[in-house]
Amino acid sequence: MSTNQTTEARRGKAPAGERVADWADGRLGIYSLAKANMRKIFPDHWSFMLGEVCLYSFIIIILTGVYLTLFFHPSMNEVEYHGSYVPLQGQLMSEAFNSTMHISFDVRGGLLIRQIHHWAALVFLAGMFVHMMRVFFTGAFRKPREVNWLFGFLLFVLGMFTGFTGYSLPDDLLSGTGVRFMEGAILSVPIVGTYLSFFLFGGEFPGGDFVARFYSVHILLLPGIMLGLVVAHLILVFYHKHTQFAGPGKTNNNVVGMPLLPVYMAKAGGFFFLVFGVIAAISAIAQINPIWAIGPYRPDQVSTGAQPDWYMGFSEGLIRVMPGWEINFWGHTLVLGVFIPLVIFPLVLVAIAVYPFIESWVTGDRREHHILDRPRNAPTRTAFGVAWITLYMVLLIGGGNDLWATHFHLSINSITWFVRIAFFVGPVLAFVITKRICLGLQRRDKEKVLHGRESGIIKRLPHGEFIEVHEPLSQDALHTLTAHEQYEPLAIGPTVDENGVERKVKGSERLRAKLSEAYFGEESQIPKPTVEEYKEITSGHGHH
Amino acid sequence: MSSQDIPEENLPAEQDTHGAVGVADEKNPFADPGLPPHEHRIQDVDERAAKRSERSVALLFTVSMLATVGFIASYVAIPADESVYIWPIGHISAMNFALGMTLGIALFTIGAGAVHWARTLMSDLEIADERHPIEAPPEVKTKVMADFKQGAKESALGRRKLIRNTMFGALALFPLSGVILLRDLGPLPGDKLRHTLWSKGKLLVNMNTNEPLRPSDVAVGSLTFAKPEGLEEHDEDFQTEIAKAALLIVRIQPENIKDKQELEWSHEGIVAYSKICTHVGCPISLYEQQTHHVLCPCHQSTFDLSDGARVIFGPAGHALPQLRIGVNDEGYLEALGDFAEPVGPAFWERG
Amino acid sequence: MKKLSARRRHPLAALVVLLLALACTGGLYAAFAPASKAQADETAQSLTIEEGKKLYEVGCATCHGTDGQGSSDGPSLVGVGAAAVDFQVGTGRMPAQQPGAQVPKKKNIYSQAEIDQLAAYIASLGAGPSVPTEAEYGPEGADIAKGGDLFRTNCAECHNFTGEGGALTHGKYAPSLEGVDPKHIYEAMQTGPQNMPSFPDTTLSEQNKKDIIAYLNAVNGDDTVSPGGLNLGGLGPVSEGLFGWVFGLGALIAVAVWVAARTAKAKKS
Repeated sequence: MSTNQTTEARRGKAPAGERVADWADGRLGIYSLAKANMRKIFPDHWSFMLGEVCLYSFIIIILTGVYLTLFFHPSMNEVEYHGSYVPLQGQLMSEAFNSTMHISFDVRGGLLIRQIHHWAALVFLAGMFVHMMRVFFTGAFRKPREVNWLFGFLLFVLGMFTGFTGYSLPDDLLSGTGVRFMEGAILSVPIVGTYLSFFLFGGEFPGGDFVARFYSVHILLLPGIMLGLVVAHLILVFYHKHTQFAGPGKTNNNVVGMPLLPVYMAKAGGFFFLVFGVIAAISAIAQINPIWAIGPYRPDQVSTGAQPDWYMGFSEGLIRVMPGWEINFWGHTLVLGVFIPLVIFPLVLVAIAVYPFIESWVTGDRREHHILDRPRNAPTRTAFGVAWITLYMVLLIGGGNDLWATHFHLSINSITWFVRIAFFVGPVLAFVITKRICLGLQRRDKEKVLHGRESGIIKRLPHGEFIEVHEPLSQDALHTLTAHEQYEPLAIGPTVDENGVERKVKGSERLRAKLSEAYFGEESQIPKPTVEEYKEITSGHGHH
Repeated sequence: MSSQDIPEENLPAEQDTHGAVGVADEKNPFADPGLPPHEHRIQDVDERAAKRSERSVALLFTVSMLATVGFIASYVAIPADESVYIWPIGHISAMNFALGMTLGIALFTIGAGAVHWARTLMSDLEIADERHPIEAPPEVKTKVMADFKQGAKESALGRRKLIRNTMFGALALFPLSGVILLRDLGPLPGDKLRHTLWSKGKLLVNMNTNEPLRPSDVAVGSLTFAKPEGLEEHDEDFQTEIAKAALLIVRIQPENIKDKQELEWSHEGIVAYSKICTHVGCPISLYEQQTHHVLCPCHQSTFDLSDGARVIFGPAGHALPQLRIGVNDEGYLEALGDFAEPVGPAFWERG
Repeated sequence: MKKLSARRRHPLAALVVLLLALACTGGLYAAFAPASKAQADETAQSLTIEEGKKLYEVGCATCHGTDGQGSSDGPSLVGVGAAAVDFQVGTGRMPAQQPGAQVPKKKNIYSQAEIDQLAAYIASLGAGPSVPTEAEYGPEGADIAKGGDLFRTNCAECHNFTGEGGALTHGKYAPSLEGVDPKHIYEAMQTGPQNMPSFPDTTLSEQNKKDIIAYLNAVNGDDTVSPGGLNLGGLGPVSEGLFGWVFGLGALIAVAVWVAARTAKAKKS
């Protein structure tokens, strides 16, 4: 009796929530975790939420995907359709297609979940693309975030393949055509291609295995790896703390923003529901992948406008515009017309992935960077990024050349030729133009710092001259516009030392000096205004 | 070459020293003026505005509850096959639209409520958090290196080379078992890609009518697809066989056929080509009857059917294989053998 | 006249007169006696052909030659049949306005009666497929699912899964089949207009054609339901991707801008 009362009294001291927390802390150490993270600061900027778009659409995909597995049969057994969609009744189709039809027409809400799953996948990859470009153009990939950049890049690539395997699962005529293309591409691999293809498909194409195999890759293998990468990505974001744009009070040694609890909890948590809500509404309004209109796969049937989902579109462009080179020798065939695009495909992706390492090699900068660059202040990087996007877009145009032809009344052959030329010329042009624009913007910033903002007020001087009044900038603005760093181009230095001994200069060193000159030479950046320049001009005006 | 070779003076000076916030002065007009003073929102100074925000948030959450009720009601009440006309979308499934919209609204309003709450009622005071260098201080590094050396020494891995080498050998070899296990993923190719169902005497069966074709059935300018006699849609290996055997049949005036072998292998101008593109295997069938060009809808490889199905545009590497045909005693079109070369996409052993 | 009077004494003159008289009597009888239906039709037919010939000479002869034998500007029309005329003129493709990769569909300037007359004239030049009747292309007795299978085998490669059209080489294209008269679809299959191959009854039976038309009506007709919502042109992943970027990611970025934006500050007083 008395012991009961004492325990009750002891328990009564703390509220229930606290007691649960105490229990957990004793086992998991949550108080130490919370101390470090509960009031973690996150800076506010819309572009910092792009990653959240990806994270949330990934969660949506997992949730809806689990639901779909409850009804989907990953089997290629041929069955006759007897569901409620009239124009396919009595047709032969695989069980995979049949069960997808069942989900779409006979499971209430099944169509909605299918559409949410697919729309979220498109948004997931589009979000990753834009997020990656945000990180790229602001230089957020610099030390200490290179590893996280690679994690993000891997997520994008794995996302592409998870998407492709998912797109192939319903075994419809469109996706089957895509799988056939994949088989052709694998066959083109020298020496082992035929074997790889037979192992992947369990024999000749299409066989009866690939849906089941793609299924386990699509729902288990790839998403499992991705989930791990997402967690690692997030841990690193927490660990590094978020980057921020330059501004008053924002330094490389702090992070300014709102605390996780409560503001970011509400904003980020709320944003999950906003993303889910928008994707659900889109799935109510717009149809995606109507497999019933496409029909079941048959290797001897096809439709025009056979394209993959957008994220594979650039590989489609590569394969469409490649000339049909084929070399036969000693009883073997080297299918360059397919194999070259197959090799360029990963190279396009790798080009952007390795950029951070090239840049850090050129600058030789080993410090941590937490203040983001404005794209204009890193003209060469920005120009490279725009050139890469241009290449990507040109290939996307190539991948949709038939629809460009019909909707803009063009010849498909001319578009193909345009893409063939633009593949080489486009990125170069984009690079040159972007760099010039960046330098122009740098000059304008300099003008603004030195001469102030154009006020739009015209004043007439006593001797009749009209001038526009320039308002000096606030110190906030002055600081923000001059906060960026500028590198000096790297010089090799004297090749002969004071004793007259010639120093050997390595080729890589020369290359680095050349690149550094291209990055930071006179032609590649406008020196930012100095305090002396500013003082001279402001005092010259006689206002101070 | 490591970046250590670059002298420090090449790197730009850091803008700020640790934690210091510059003050605007005569010396440096570009100095960091520090965080701007906090300004109050309407909600912070006007309780009525704050109340309005509170009501908006509550309203959003209430709408969400109603939408969820609507979702359940739609699920129960709307028949799965009912269609409805919604302007400007068109005829759509009532169920999909109702469920999607109610779900969308239910979720969106939760998010909107939470964000509105955060934006108007939670503190908007910006806080600065210090960053700490990620690199460990030198003494920590020294300690870790020492620990590692100690551990390595205690393991005696460096000293006992035999253990080290055999261990690496074992670790390197065992994954081979995993690779070997993949062997039965599929059979070896053998010459499977070289053969199709076609053989001498097999009739050309019209894909549409499932009847064998006669020469008189095939008119100039027409397009017909055919499969080998005996291959039926219900057959277990139909998909795999038709993927190689599908045939494209057109009739061209014999005097318009430019390729000598093509004419020889045709029957009165009726030519039979593989329907499978030699690029990556799409069924190629966009036949332009005036130009005799056939285009692949996937990657636009274009073949000239009046000239041995030579490639005239696009990424395909070689001509479409032709099937030699003739007429049997009963007047039906028949194959005079299998394709002379492998059909479909090229592969290493094709030659 | 002199010649005629000079020959009236010819030994055969009487015979000629007799024959003439017989012919006149017969003709009068034929004209006034209750004519059989077939004969009346024949006359009407020849009248129609006459009218058609007149229309032909005005609208078509410049390119296709005075007797439909063709010229460098247009192919011979001998043997193309009434169905080809009904299709080409009925869809406004003929008369063509300007040379190009392909003659496009446009507003038809002839009445159906005039098209029938033209068709009759062309059919009289040589036998060819006739204009199909409603019984042939109508929905009765059609197997929609079979039509879908046939459509995917024979038609989808150029005209897309649901008949939205597609590209061919050098600016040519397979037009969209949306809203095309079933009769014209039937005729197109039968006659193979321009670069489209023909699908004669010998390889694609009348029933097959009926099935295809019924399928097309089911998946791309006025009452076709697209259950999931906007069908985005029925073009597949390209338009879906565009929609996902513009409206999906676009909407989400707009929302993100709102979430991250600063809340309005109270005005300093």
